[in-house]
Amino acid sequence: MTYIAKPKVAHPSLPRNELGLTTRDYEGAVSTLCAGCGHDSVTAALIQAVFELDIEPHMLAKMSGIGCSSKTPAYFVSQAHGFNSVHGRMPSVTTGANAANRHMTYIGVSGDGDSLSIGAGQFVHAIRRNLNMCYIIENNGVYGLTKGQFSASADIGSLPKKGLPNQQEPIDPVSTALSLGATYIARSFSGDKEQLVPLIKGAIMHSGFALVDVISPCVTFNDHEGSTKSYSHTREHYNHVIDVDYIQPSEEIKASYKQGEAMPVHLHGGDTIILRKLDRDYDPTSRADAFKYLRDRFNAGEITTGLLYVNEAREEMHELMQNTDTPLGQLPYEDLHPGSEELQKLQGRYR
Amino acid sequence: MKPTDTSNPDYFHKVVDCQWGCPAHTDVPEYIRMIAQGRFSDAYMENRKSNVFPGILGRVCDRPCEPACRRGRVEDKPVAICRLKRVAADNRDDIRDRLPKVPEKNNGKKVALIGAGCASLTVANDLRPLGYDVTIFEALDTTGGLMRTNIPQFRLPPDVLDEEIDYILDMGVDLKLNHRIDSMKELLDEGYDAVFVGTGAPKGKNLEIPGRYDSDRIHIGIEWLESVAFEHVTEIGRNVLIIGVGNTAMDCCRTSLRLGAENVKVMARKPRGFFKASEWELEDAEEENVEIIVNHSPKEFVYEDGKLVGMKFDLMEYNIDEQGGIDRGTSTGEVLIPCDDVVLAIGQDNAFPWIERDLGIEFDKWECPVVDEETMMCTREGVFFGGDSAFGPKNIIWAVEHGHQAAISMHKYCQGEDLRDRLPDGLNLISQKMGMHEWSYSNDYDVASRRLVPHVGLKERFQKLDIEVELGFTAEQAAKEVERCLNCDIQTVFTAKLCIECDACIDICPVNCLTITHNGEEDDLRTRLKAPALNPDQALYVSEDLPQTQRVMVKDEDLCVHCGLCAERCPTGAWDMQKSRILIPYAVDEAASDQQPAAAGGSAK
Repeated sequence: MTYIAKPKVAHPSLPRNELGLTTRDYEGAVSTLCAGCGHDSVTAALIQAVFELDIEPHMLAKMSGIGCSSKTPAYFVSQAHGFNSVHGRMPSVTTGANAANRHMTYIGVSGDGDSLSIGAGQFVHAIRRNLNMCYIIENNGVYGLTKGQFSASADIGSLPKKGLPNQQEPIDPVSTALSLGATYIARSFSGDKEQLVPLIKGAIMHSGFALVDVISPCVTFNDHEGSTKSYSHTREHYNHVIDVDYIQPSEEIKASYKQGEAMPVHLHGGDTIILRKLDRDYDPTSRADAFKYLRDRFNAGEITTGLLYVNEAREEMHELMQNTDTPLGQLPYEDLHPGSEELQKLQGRYR
Repeated sequence: MKPTDTSNPDYFHKVVDCQWGCPAHTDVPEYIRMIAQGRFSDAYMENRKSNVFPGILGRVCDRPCEPACRRGRVEDKPVAICRLKRVAADNRDDIRDRLPKVPEKNNGKKVALIGAGCASLTVANDLRPLGYDVTIFEALDTTGGLMRTNIPQFRLPPDVLDEEIDYILDMGVDLKLNHRIDSMKELLDEGYDAVFVGTGAPKGKNLEIPGRYDSDRIHIGIEWLESVAFEHVTEIGRNVLIIGVGNTAMDCCRTSLRLGAENVKVMARKPRGFFKASEWELEDAEEENVEIIVNHSPKEFVYEDGKLVGMKFDLMEYNIDEQGGIDRGTSTGEVLIPCDDVVLAIGQDNAFPWIERDLGIEFDKWECPVVDEETMMCTREGVFFGGDSAFGPKNIIWAVEHGHQAAISMHKYCQGEDLRDRLPDGLNLISQKMGMHEWSYSNDYDVASRRLVPHVGLKERFQKLDIEVELGFTAEQAAKEVERCLNCDIQTVFTAKLCIECDACIDICPVNCLTITHNGEEDDLRTRLKAPALNPDQALYVSEDLPQTQRVMVKDEDLCVHCGLCAERCPTGAWDMQKSRILIPYAVDEAASDQQPAAAGGSAK
């Protein structure tokens, strides 16, 4: 935890985005997480991503539950909307917010405890609905706030700081999301912002449920030898499969990509992401291939990262339900409240 | 790039821009912290160690430290270092018992110092405590040299001058006033073990144009200022032209206003931006309604009935190239400007008519002595030069530094030691961590802008010649201004083997000066940092290879505000904030090392 606030002084030649803002304008309160926490790097990546996407702060909603991870929304874009919900209930609160106003950008920040234990049910159903949001799991394999007990994502054989190794099967959020039909699934590492920032940008612009599972080491309770979620273990077993370059509609595709290694994916809004495959055999549009690949690599002891699966064809929640495009708050009263006669008619259809 | 060698004291010294930029290397952040703590006497002594005349320099220093100040790059205005020095001097207690002690018995060596200005006085200050018998010869009937004769009393009150000069004279210096040295040969024959020449650059430059010698109303700036200082001149005409736009010109125009001039114009040959005067001296003059007229090149003095009535000038036009260079200009016409008096302030020269040319003291084609820049010795062994007399007009703080170096050389010469075998600078690094989030210094960035020194009112100040215009900072102003110092001597020190590459330092750095990246050549690396390193004068601090990815940590020193957040956010203590103390040796340290040869560097106190 830092005692003084980050000084209000900036590099004079800091770049400005389309809105005339710098990354400093997208910062939040000073972090009270442990020094060296991976979550703070995720925060920095989020700031960079929303800055580069020229997102207007008032059009951003930051959603979270409980846990170290869920403090993250306090640390970026102070001027944005935020909701710090009950433990594990961020997905349903986000569903409600999104239902009321589909024009906003929703970033949910959760952790392995918040999403894979207490909130597992919420997590899987948000995927099922293909809720249009960027869902970030800051995954460190332990319950940091309660002093380092194993979480549901801890690997078999991983050693705690004190005590016996974990014996239970881990829940892998990426495989889980794949099996449930999530439409944008990525894994990254808090210590690799070059990979993480474009993945978050793609996730924000993706229409539908976008999961970014970020290995985010707990520097206090899970960064020792024998841990499978430490900085050094993650770096040693890092398998970088696919890089993403996010291309805004206004930008030309300038970089040269080798045939077979580059794959453009057109997003709903007209933006494009370019996937750069580092492993040519990998096909990120095939769920079956992705499953097999992930399993094989996991068994080989590797941590597979990159944009692992993407499907732009499937419709997101509002499209599936044919909801109005207008935010509920902007609908005229008569439309929002059609009266008891209309209600009677509607109920009649179910009799 | 190779890992940065921080064991070389110059590396961290250079990060302390003000100290590096000061010819005498005054430890500025250290004394500013002392002022912040109300330790004015300590701050004064810290200053005195290196610059000898804090009260004087706190008013009239050329302040090379301020353009160097990092705060001037982070924002636009540097810390008011010079005026804080004055705060220390004005608020000090009696410090006489803290001055260097003089041994009861002299060491048997005699040295002669010519001129009682700042250079000679510094030599005396450094050599008397070693037991040297010091004699100062001064042509005038008072001490201080140029500090007294050329700096007007409204900028530097005589009592400030006297007090600090007396500290040195009271060490038991044999001062011979009204004792002009007319022959170096005769002086050398008197058997001194070493001789120091600190006679300044006493000859004002002349302007050889038609009509120059037809009036007694055309004055040479530094001579005229001296006459004013000694009250030989007490008035001047209503319309005065000052030729030249250096700091002497500023003193001349402001002095004219106090002697009855009503309309003073400073005539500059070149446009603004090419003036020699310091920015602040120009401001002070313009505050007093002095008109600065640019692009006027003097052509001739104009007379009517034998009386000086004005000057003719060529109107100039210049081409300025992209690098900011200016050509010689072309005349586009001429203009007559009426005046009663003209003061020529276009520069000064050295003058050594009293040094015989057959003594083995070589002079170059500009009639300047050939002096070794390290030892300050001329081509005749045992004769040393310092201040303006050595390399032409510079300023007080350079003269002080020359004095320190000459004193070391004179000591070594007298002891039969090799003049070039000098103690190197030393370096101490001490962690400033006091607790979890506690540092021994005020690390929170204060957004306050530079405080302005209050001045005496525009009417009141002209009533007498010796009313000091600047009042000095108030207590509140000083308390605010000290917080603007970035504590650049509290260094960010990195230990690569402890780093786990969590990026915490990079994310928290407010000025984006840290990057972890793959190593490369400096030119390439400078473009790949989180914010490009565009200032080539500022170093990159490059670490050894990091343990996990073999990348390197790179810090661009340019804009670091030394807030310590990198160290505070570092989970492993790879970053630490450590105070660098540059140990600069003086004559007293050279003398001490004769007994204890192992000690490198000077003493910290």
